[in-house]
Amino acid sequence: MSRTDWEVVIGLEVHAQLNTASKIFSGASTAFGAEPNVQASAVDIALPGVLPVLNRGAVERAIRFGLAIGAYVAEKSVFARKNYFYPDLPKGYQISQMDLPVVQGGVITIRVGEGEQAYEKTVRLTRAHLEEDAGKSLHEDFHGMTGIDLNRAGTPLLEIVSEPDMRSSAEAVAYARSLHALVRWIDICDGNMQEGSFRCDANVSVRRKGATEFGTRREIKNLNSFRFLQQAIDYEVQWQIDTIEDGGRVQQATVLFDPDSGETRMMRSKEDAHDYRYFPDPDLLPLLISPDWKARVQAEMPELPGAMKARFMDEWGLSAYDATTLTASKEVADFYQATVTAAGPALAKPCANWVMGDLAARLNKAELDIGASPVSAAQLAGLVMRIADNTLSNAIGKKVFEALWNGEGLSADEIIDRQGLKQVTDSGAIEAMIDEVLAANQKSVDEFRAGKEKAFNALVGQVMKASKGKASPAQVNELLKKKLGA
Amino acid sequence: MIHASLPELRRALDARQISSVELATLFLDRIDALDPQLNAFITVDRDGALAAARAADARIAAGRAGALTGIPLAHKDVFCTEGVLTTCGSKMLSNFVSPYDAHIVGLLKAAGAVGLGKTNMDEFAMGSSNESSFYGAVKNPWNPERVPGGSSGGSAAAVAARLAPIATGTDTGGSVRQPAAFCGITGIKPTYGVVSRYGMIAYASSLDQGGAFGASAEDCALLLSAMAGFDPRDSTSLDRPAEDYAAALAAPAAARPLEGLRIGLPREFFAEGMAEGVRTAVDAAIEQYRALGATTVEVSLPNARLAIPAYYVIAPAECSSNLSRFDGVRYGHRAAEYGDLADMYGKTRAEGFGAEVKRRILVGTYVLSHGYYDAYYLQAQRLRRLIAQDFQAALQHCDLIAGPTTPTTAWALGQMADDPVQMYLSDIFTLAVNLAGLPGLSQPCGFGSDGLPVGLQLIGDYFGEARLLNAAHRFQQATDWHARRPAIAA
Repeated sequence: MSRTDWEVVIGLEVHAQLNTASKIFSGASTAFGAEPNVQASAVDIALPGVLPVLNRGAVERAIRFGLAIGAYVAEKSVFARKNYFYPDLPKGYQISQMDLPVVQGGVITIRVGEGEQAYEKTVRLTRAHLEEDAGKSLHEDFHGMTGIDLNRAGTPLLEIVSEPDMRSSAEAVAYARSLHALVRWIDICDGNMQEGSFRCDANVSVRRKGATEFGTRREIKNLNSFRFLQQAIDYEVQWQIDTIEDGGRVQQATVLFDPDSGETRMMRSKEDAHDYRYFPDPDLLPLLISPDWKARVQAEMPELPGAMKARFMDEWGLSAYDATTLTASKEVADFYQATVTAAGPALAKPCANWVMGDLAARLNKAELDIGASPVSAAQLAGLVMRIADNTLSNAIGKKVFEALWNGEGLSADEIIDRQGLKQVTDSGAIEAMIDEVLAANQKSVDEFRAGKEKAFNALVGQVMKASKGKASPAQVNELLKKKLGA
Repeated sequence: MIHASLPELRRALDARQISSVELATLFLDRIDALDPQLNAFITVDRDGALAAARAADARIAAGRAGALTGIPLAHKDVFCTEGVLTTCGSKMLSNFVSPYDAHIVGLLKAAGAVGLGKTNMDEFAMGSSNESSFYGAVKNPWNPERVPGGSSGGSAAAVAARLAPIATGTDTGGSVRQPAAFCGITGIKPTYGVVSRYGMIAYASSLDQGGAFGASAEDCALLLSAMAGFDPRDSTSLDRPAEDYAAALAAPAAARPLEGLRIGLPREFFAEGMAEGVRTAVDAAIEQYRALGATTVEVSLPNARLAIPAYYVIAPAECSSNLSRFDGVRYGHRAAEYGDLADMYGKTRAEGFGAEVKRRILVGTYVLSHGYYDAYYLQAQRLRRLIAQDFQAALQHCDLIAGPTTPTTAWALGQMADDPVQMYLSDIFTLAVNLAGLPGLSQPCGFGSDGLPVGLQLIGDYFGEARLLNAAHRFQQATDWHARRPAIAA
């Protein structure tokens, strides 16, 4: 049997660290990178007698997320204790939510693939719940011992659980990227995957095409990059298919992905799974969220990607592809909107082309985020306007863009003036250049007359070269055709 | 001076008949002399007490004294005290010096009260006899062969023996009321949420509540007034205006001061199982209440008998989780030698916890386990609601409920050592009050045939502390049971 006889089923659990200043149940700072244990308060290290007090900022972020994905934001949800022993879990239990999570349901629309093959899909979410992070166990640097850093203990997390709706690693990555963009868009998580602010667990199973029951799943833990997510799922899928085709059975298990070998390996089997003995935390009252609170959060919600995309299409005439690309992240969308605002809505399409085309490529090459772009939205708008009004050809426009990028001038106009790049549109001047070129290139003229279309392009190129690129290409074409009697 | 009430001590301090330092020294010396017989204290903080007393004297001299300024007291060792050993009666915390004060410890310090030390208790407040303490059993001041009750046995014994005028306690299933009854003093557990649990080492969080011991309802009222109040650090603390429970007792004496008060007598509390001497004393006390103007009405608490099974599921469940933090990693006892991590946990906890604590952790772990949770924990929570509803139904017909605090007087040390269930059953009258979250009070109302004190329990509706204290105060104005002292305090 081949790979195509199998269907892949994937659900993701994402831990998004909420960007509150203080922890979910204590007043200690959540800033990353401090000396070990300096950001661990009496509550975080679980001294005898201390009690948790819920950070309403964390709740507010959960509400914002719930509203953004069209979920039910529960009027009443309950914190529960998840009991297990580990040295970096100071209380011996994690405060989480079990039976009644704060966010229930909701959907995220993803776009998968490129070009003609691209398609949209809606992924359903099961739930999202609030919980606290554990500390860190440091196994290096302590010979024969383990160091414990409780700075991270009590950091607020939103655990976002999807339905098993994804059917390929590409869909899983597209979902993770959409979710990542959304949590940053609504400003509840900084999305820093290096620092562990956004971590994915993937539940993966395979089944024969047409089967109605799900296969047995294995959960890949703690994937902290989109690349690892893709690699881990691809490896795991192949492993599961091979295992079954070789007559084996997949056993429910938790596995870890080793980026060095590119393989997943078993961490614990179902038999070793903890019994977490969940029960409602008696130190915390049920979390009540009033309609007023929801309404306040809704009122402060920024325009969401879906709504913005629709607006770009309706008001500015962008294609679905362009609108999706430009709303893939808040930063890109903000930059694009600022560009259009400066250039005028009539230039929305060329602005889109520049943001998605030359700017994106240049940023990519320089490994910069759009927020760090050396060319500002206003500068790019100035360039787009000069091309639109025929001051610049597209080709010279690219030169001006490069000059802006290199900081050779404060605006496109300044660079055009200083470097004399204004497009030549005077017919007389262009005709004079054409005459010179025709006189000097009799061979090409003869070839063209003999039916070689390419010779025409060579002549256009010569004229453009003669004008140092400043002649309007459209006019050159038109006048050259006339001269050659074509 | 050792028998003086708090108002009398207040007057003496304000009139400079005695200084706070002298008063503290008086009690500290009594502790030194008599506590070896009782074992009521785990830690005596002479230096801290004298420093606090000097500060109190300065405050009195400056005319800024409050009701408790300069008054000595003892804290149950369940409350965290900054810079002072806080053991919870356990080997696990036998080296734990708290870096912070519990909320109520801070309140009482701010009020100028003088902490004498920390009192003995059942380990992690689990027990009804104070025999489970790592620091050894406490003796009943009325008879050193008898238990003082628990878990706040040290505090109750200290007040009864006049080693401290007042003391704090906690009550999860009767741990203030039962030792108050056994030691012949007054003790009150307020409505759940009235006293902050911050810094009170948790046993069963949904049941634990701080409380007050004194020789009289009036002394309890003064102490409780200083302990009660909203604390934003405890999410279950109730945000409501502070009450001055002592001021509520100030109405002038009258022939029939309780005219109009309706006292409910639960049929189930008076049915079976009460020792004869207890029944006689309780009946006489009820008759006294009638003489003070109260009327009595029979009420029913049909689910009260289910309080014991419900409690012994819920409390162990919560404790099994609450005590997980005692793992030897960050503070407290850690086994000296161990192999891997699991071995470190195993040995540390095997060595650090006593038998009763282990028993409850095991029970709690079991009832929360997958497959048993619904049958035990959720079922117990349903019983809890039924029990609370019973009280609400009964309180439709009366203003407060009265009955025995305990079925018997204090039993002999070691008598129930091999029979934990028999000991659990002795809490039949007190547990239901915690499950319902209601306020309860125990006051002395006589003596059994064994010469040991009998307690009368009063149970009020939510926030009925002032009513309970007033009912006890009027009784104490008309009787002298509360003024009786054991020989050790003669």
